[in-house]
Amino acid sequence: MNVAVAKTGNGRAVSDLFASAEGRLPGSPDVIAVRREAFETYERLGLPHRRIEEWKYTDLRALVGEVLPLAAAPDAAALKRAAEAVKAHAIEGARKLVLVDGVFAADLSDTKALTAEVGFRTLREALEKDSGLLKTSSTDAVIALNAAMATDGVVLSIANGAQLSAPIQILHIATAASASSFTRSRVAIGKGARATIVESFVSAGAKAYQVNDAVIVTVGDGADVAHIRLMDDAADAANVSSHFVTVGANVKFNFFNMTTGAAVSRLQGFITLAGEGSELSANGVNLLQKTEHGDTTLVVDHAVPNCVSREIFRAVIDDRAHSVFQGRIIVRPDAQKTDGKMMTRALLLSDEAEADNKPELEIFADDVSCGHGATAGALDDSLLFYLKARGLPEKQAQALLIQAFVGEAIEQIADDVLREHVIGIAERWLERRS
Amino acid sequence: MALLEVKDLKVRVEEREILHGLTLTVNEGEVHAIMGPNGSGKSTLSHVIAGKPGYEVTDGQILFKGEDLLEMSPDERAAKGVFLAFQYPVEIPGVATMTFLRTALNAQRKARGESEYSTPDFLKKVREVSKSLNIPQDMLKRGVNVGFSGGEKKRNEVLQMALFEPSLCILDEMDSGLDIDALRIAADGVNALRSPKRAMVVITHYQRLLNYIVPDVVHVMSKGRVVKSGGKELALELEASGYAQFEDAA
Repeated sequence: MNVAVAKTGNGRAVSDLFASAEGRLPGSPDVIAVRREAFETYERLGLPHRRIEEWKYTDLRALVGEVLPLAAAPDAAALKRAAEAVKAHAIEGARKLVLVDGVFAADLSDTKALTAEVGFRTLREALEKDSGLLKTSSTDAVIALNAAMATDGVVLSIANGAQLSAPIQILHIATAASASSFTRSRVAIGKGARATIVESFVSAGAKAYQVNDAVIVTVGDGADVAHIRLMDDAADAANVSSHFVTVGANVKFNFFNMTTGAAVSRLQGFITLAGEGSELSANGVNLLQKTEHGDTTLVVDHAVPNCVSREIFRAVIDDRAHSVFQGRIIVRPDAQKTDGKMMTRALLLSDEAEADNKPELEIFADDVSCGHGATAGALDDSLLFYLKARGLPEKQAQALLIQAFVGEAIEQIADDVLREHVIGIAERWLERRS
Repeated sequence: MALLEVKDLKVRVEEREILHGLTLTVNEGEVHAIMGPNGSGKSTLSHVIAGKPGYEVTDGQILFKGEDLLEMSPDERAAKGVFLAFQYPVEIPGVATMTFLRTALNAQRKARGESEYSTPDFLKKVREVSKSLNIPQDMLKRGVNVGFSGGEKKRNEVLQMALFEPSLCILDEMDSGLDIDALRIAADGVNALRSPKRAMVVITHYQRLLNYIVPDVVHVMSKGRVVKSGGKELALELEASGYAQFEDAA
């Protein structure tokens, strides 16, 4: 959508945002030109709001208001705090790549442990010659803003046929309060490769910060990939992340997103099945409380025939929190024999909790099997009483039923260590409730 | 010693009085049968003792080991030793039976200030008990009661009874939905749990169940009261003459 929106009240602050950050933004003169153009796009559009159809339920102008100034590069004290957070959130056996306040932290990362099959550069290094990294087909304002402002990220290239036994974990650590970080990463996975990528977003004591992240993933033919995103930012932070995934032929791609933090968050994933015979499993869990607003938006584009997509999404919403799930399945005219299914369920733990489910099927082929389902409801009183009659206190009975509810999505994670890690995050969220 | 004392209990559901002053005393080691026609309030009594929401106690009291049961939440009652075997045990998809059993047992022990079972000790205990009840191990790996037959669900109730070792077991229409073989297995399980320290209240519409679980005392309920109590021969008398005479008496 390309509507000309009058400058908002924060228009002036927005211009200052770029001008004051420009000296810190990496890239060749070509790259800076791309950034400037992206920023102009953002300035023209402003933050997305409810009259933009894709952002109907997540009005960033109302929820966030303004974009905070760019976070300063982390100093020694910040890196020390970040090191503690890395320890607390690292996945057992994973190769860690750490970004602190939007800047790659070499000392906290395991770059030396990466095998020869994994090419690694920072975005900062890559932008010295490649402005293509900042370009996407999207016209979305937050993505344009990301292109303009991205300070760093990881650029990974996994060789054809590589069989990575250890996950690669990209950790985003926030230490700076009342500031923004912008990161952009690219992960290129070679043909026949096997890899697990985990992204974690956490706070090291920072408050009221903003994160704008973008990840571009390409998956070569025959690859087997697990991509897991765990967003547990501070309770008063905002996180808007965009994924662009292009999947080749005969690929198994297993995506999972978990939202347990941030006052305002949106993950928007654009996944294109561009090669035949691929299987996509895209799943997610939102665990929201207090006044949190969590939006998971997935667009699955079946561009070619004979692909399968499965989406399982679960939201658990307490207090006055608001969960949004938008799932669109597009089946292009040539994409015959597409098999696409999406099932979303919301569990409302309070009378004031709110869930919006917006499933959309756009089918242009005539020989396909596609479907979606959506439910919303409270915990079943008869199940709660049964558990209580067996000795479980109210909160523990609720916790067991909530774990069962989200379990169906979490079970889609094949790796035992990762699945247990995710279950642990859900358990800690449940403990925070009681 | 009196384990359960129900005194002049009056209970309403949505403005309608179901129990009109029910009195019942169950001593340690005794097995009581409560019989009565549909709508006499048998299941209401079992639900009120277990603490199911939706019932308003307007008068009377329930003492359990001398303590006021009505002041306790359902989980506190369970930890104190009250066990209700449900007429229709619910299915809980996504909660593995083993997880459920361990969580419940440890929650009860924790509430009593006892040490929680370690996983190996717990597994050993479950294996012993489930073997005696003819419950296959794969049933324990499934979701609680999910896809279980009527007989399997009742055996699962008896399994819990054996694991939690309550001092009062209330069996609500345990025979409903069971064929004769399933009934025999479940009843054998219950009989194995009879002990001088444990009391049972067997709620049933039919005398049939009492051939397998032989009671010490039989009560007849009608219109929200106990209208007659006697020995096990009272059940046989009812079988022959029906409930009509008591409905008039009430």
